[in-house]
Amino acid sequence: MTETDNIIIDATARIFQELGDPQTLNNAPDDAWREPLWAALEESGLTLAWVPDDLGGAGADISDGFDILQTAGRFAVAVPLAETLLAGWALSKANLQVPQGAMSLALSSRANPLRLTDGKLAGRAEAVPFASGVDHFVALAETPDGAAVIQIDAAACNIETAMGIGGDPQGNVRFDGAAPAALAPAPAGIANETLMLMGAAARATQMAGALQGILELAVDYAGERVAFGRPIAKFQAVQHNLAQLAGETAAAVAAAGSAADSIHHADNFNEAVFFEVAAAKTRAGEAAGEGAAIAHQVHGAIGFTDEHILHRFTRRLWAWRDDFGSESEWAVGLGALVAANGADQLWPMVASR
Amino acid sequence: MSSPIQFDPVRLPADAEALRREVRDFLSDEVAAGTFDPDASPMSDGHDVEFSRRVGAKGWIGMTWPKEYGGQERSFLERYVVTEEFRAVSAPVRAHFTADRQSGPVLLKYAPEEIKMDILPRITRGECCFCIGMSEPNSGSDLFAAKAKAEKADTDWRLNGTKIWTTNAQNADYMIGLFRTSAPTEDNRRHGLSQFLIDMTWPGIDVNPIVSMAGGSEFNEVVFTDCKVPADHVLGEIDGAWKQATSELAYERSGPERFLETFYVLVELVRAVGDNPDTRSAEGIGRLVAQLHTLRRMSVSVNGMLQAGKEPVLEGSIVKDLGTLWQQALPSKARDLAAFSGSDAGNRVAFDELLRHALVIAPKLTIQGGTTEVLRGIIARGLGLR
Repeated sequence: MTETDNIIIDATARIFQELGDPQTLNNAPDDAWREPLWAALEESGLTLAWVPDDLGGAGADISDGFDILQTAGRFAVAVPLAETLLAGWALSKANLQVPQGAMSLALSSRANPLRLTDGKLAGRAEAVPFASGVDHFVALAETPDGAAVIQIDAAACNIETAMGIGGDPQGNVRFDGAAPAALAPAPAGIANETLMLMGAAARATQMAGALQGILELAVDYAGERVAFGRPIAKFQAVQHNLAQLAGETAAAVAAAGSAADSIHHADNFNEAVFFEVAAAKTRAGEAAGEGAAIAHQVHGAIGFTDEHILHRFTRRLWAWRDDFGSESEWAVGLGALVAANGADQLWPMVASR
Repeated sequence: MSSPIQFDPVRLPADAEALRREVRDFLSDEVAAGTFDPDASPMSDGHDVEFSRRVGAKGWIGMTWPKEYGGQERSFLERYVVTEEFRAVSAPVRAHFTADRQSGPVLLKYAPEEIKMDILPRITRGECCFCIGMSEPNSGSDLFAAKAKAEKADTDWRLNGTKIWTTNAQNADYMIGLFRTSAPTEDNRRHGLSQFLIDMTWPGIDVNPIVSMAGGSEFNEVVFTDCKVPADHVLGEIDGAWKQATSELAYERSGPERFLETFYVLVELVRAVGDNPDTRSAEGIGRLVAQLHTLRRMSVSVNGMLQAGKEPVLEGSIVKDLGTLWQQALPSKARDLAAFSGSDAGNRVAFDELLRHALVIAPKLTIQGGTTEVLRGIIARGLGLR
């Protein structure tokens, strides 16, 4: 791995190389790797990069957090790093101290919001990433005094976990009867939609990283694997497949990078941020599907085995494109926005920055 | 592969937005004055000398070039803004765009001083139209198979042979053409080609129009018969033109013209489906806009690399590969998405006509200026596979 001029990227890459290498994790007989990897990420402040110092975090920039996520994506991150970053961000927006441990956002549906009455929660959240394996959930709840950001101990919830398509635990969380460990009024501009935008931008960024990862894997493999007397990288059909994979990777990197940059520079989650994030989640999600298919084709049968690490990337790409809204859902929202603004506003929207 | 593919999120400079407003005002004045109609100009040949002169008067041709040659010494990102605004409304740029994008920069780098002082200021004034003589009847993508010859005769050169698919040769004042000056060597088949600056009014040049399947004759066959070229019109190194091509490619491949050529179809699609489209149309439009936005951010990023003095050949080729495929597929996708939107509102008139045109010209979009197959070969080389 080449050194960059970004210390956060280098620090993240170093931790994953030493403690979260996909091949090592794939060979491991059990989950013993999990604790040292998480401890190293926590110690270096990466898990709480989006939380200011005075609330218990590392106080890094928004763009730094996205750099962490893209780098982690290159290693097919198998711990709730993005989830904890996002949950910490939500807590800090409400000025809440962050607790020790891993966290995940547990968003309820708009039609069926989580409610807090007399100190007790009622409601559920579905398809929560790392529903088992985190210590706390962060959610938005309706209270008699308005919306609140809440933190709940995972132990107080009823969790039904299943394995998600990505190979990480995912589950439905029932909050009924639980009492929040902490809560504060949701500040203006922090709503389910905002958390969805942050989550979608995070997943787009992870997908960009994972695509960089599978491009590297596929290029290396094609150079090593010999068939018909020469490395398959020398066959034009394979070269063109890899060129397409490079294109999809580039598109995801550019789209996710642009969305992260727009969030970094925006004063609030306005229409321009929605446009950027919706486009990024849509395009990166498309790239995930196309790119994973090409990487598998290049790898042939070995890429379909459990022993090869390719699935650690491709299965997560398929999971991440679903999380926080699929490309179909975001595209409908983006298309509706474009249509509502009208044909003559299309170019000004596209060329707005 | 040495390092992961990166496209940093380059932001356009603040003064570029003032420039954008100025360009939009200029273009809407031109539309109001009847110079061109955005709904009709895609079907025209896009060659308007008077318009190009007015663009030149604004300082928007050769705007990154040194002031001594008529340029404005503005940034690649400012040029980007001008280029994309013109393309977004299908403004008729053909009389100046080739010189602005490609020929001018080649002259800047390789032409003798007197030629630069003579021609470059005329290009920036919009008075000088260029064409590019690369392909031949038996060498298209395989550029190094070129056979058209340049032979030394005393101090001059004599050109003989045929160039083909030469866009706008019928209107061009000059060509920059690739001619064989020596045979290729055993260890380097790219050796032996040289670039010449050719005045299209010289004797010994015949321009024969070729009618395309879309009806126009924008491209031509150009036949050279003992055409005499003065020695100072050789551009760069004799026999070494292949070395000069690489840096040109990054400029040539990454611009907004590589994904905006059928953009008008998307605009009219949005108009055709109305302000409250069904889910299917909304999703389709959303995906197209997401793809377009991504291409644009990639293209801006590559222009940021150019501004920083890099030669992003791999990145530029990726933008052109994705961009040309996207603008080629756009008409068919728009056709699908508009299938159930009624024509009763009268908002499909422009759409239907523009769609027909775009469907017919679509095949050329992944052939002109480097085919998909050639681009993928270049990307594969950039990935270290060749």
